[in-house]
Amino acid sequence: MNRNRTIKVIFLISFLLNTTIALGQEQNSISTDNNWFQQVRWSPYVVGAGIGILSWISFLLSDHPLGVSGAYAQSYGMIEKWFKRKDVEQQSGMQKNAPAISWEIMLVIGLFIGAFLSAIISRDFRFEFVPQLWDTKFGDNAFIRWLVALIGGFIMGLGARWAGGCTSGHGISGTLQLVVSSWVAVVCFFIGGIAATMFIYYVIG
Amino acid sequence: MEKLRQKKGLQLFFGFLIGICFGFLLQKGGITRYHIIIGQLLLKDFTVVKVMLTAIIVGMTGIYLMQSMNLVKLHAKPGSVGQTVIGGLIFGVGFGVLGYCPGTVTGAAAQGSLDALLGGMVGLLFGAGTFKMFAGNLLKDVLKKGYFGEITLPQLLKINKWIVIIITTAILLCVLYIIEKLGY
Repeated sequence: MNRNRTIKVIFLISFLLNTTIALGQEQNSISTDNNWFQQVRWSPYVVGAGIGILSWISFLLSDHPLGVSGAYAQSYGMIEKWFKRKDVEQQSGMQKNAPAISWEIMLVIGLFIGAFLSAIISRDFRFEFVPQLWDTKFGDNAFIRWLVALIGGFIMGLGARWAGGCTSGHGISGTLQLVVSSWVAVVCFFIGGIAATMFIYYVIG
Repeated sequence: MEKLRQKKGLQLFFGFLIGICFGFLLQKGGITRYHIIIGQLLLKDFTVVKVMLTAIIVGMTGIYLMQSMNLVKLHAKPGSVGQTVIGGLIFGVGFGVLGYCPGTVTGAAAQGSLDALLGGMVGLLFGAGTFKMFAGNLLKDVLKKGYFGEITLPQLLKINKWIVIIITTAILLCVLYIIEKLGY
């Protein structure tokens, strides 16, 4: 009985992988680069399947779902502690243990390096302050773009901790476990995101 | 496997390696680019949805298979209307204003997007910290409103999980098929 089910599931997985790979090849055929790693873009289906497999590895090896926003909250806590400890040290001369670096923070540090490697290898790395799409609508003023990005980041960070996860923690890791709160969250992410973006680009812009 | 999971230093190294793969994939998918994310939120470019739905289909099947073999356990996050709906909408507004999400803003900073590095990441750090430090206590009652707990769809619907997985997969594949057929 159990074995039967396992066989069925293996069939299902191989079917799914074949479909995603086939869909991926259809899109990739435009590219003429010989080295896969040097390509600027991979098919979204290949990337999505890769992230799905990465979540298997993450659950299996580390018992952790992929999630990013928690690391930012922890980092903020560490920075605050660091400043506070300076005060304490000045007052009493005592030194406490440094706060431990967590799995989540290592994930985000790795994420940064991985994206950097990808951009460097494919020569997609370039310094850019104002994204082109923003430039065509709102001009190339770097200060305005910085301020909007700062405010947007602040609202997003607040919302991520409020909802208990972000596009990776809820949007991918939670939804793939079929968690109810994550499906509710991801729908709300997109409702809020679509409304804000359309307001910015069609009403203000 | 339990022993492996308790080795702290090794676990941090695993987190780091998994992060490298994650960042590499996000950048290769183009979803660390502002115009791709805004294109999605303006419903003109469906790269983000394609990546997410494929990740869900592949991830879900594998995770539930491993769960039924007792290799992994699920990590369902609790939620409530006050927490998930309000927080989700706030997140969404920030997501649209910034044009990156927490993972992709980190990846964008690494590819040279300075608005992500100096604006988005700093704002995110303070926003996440502010909630943790202040709002968590002030909003206790709001967060509890309409609590629906740590449940999954099969538990909610009281249907066998494999039926839910197959139906979900079929729906998501249809959505992807329609997106492709419409030429996005």
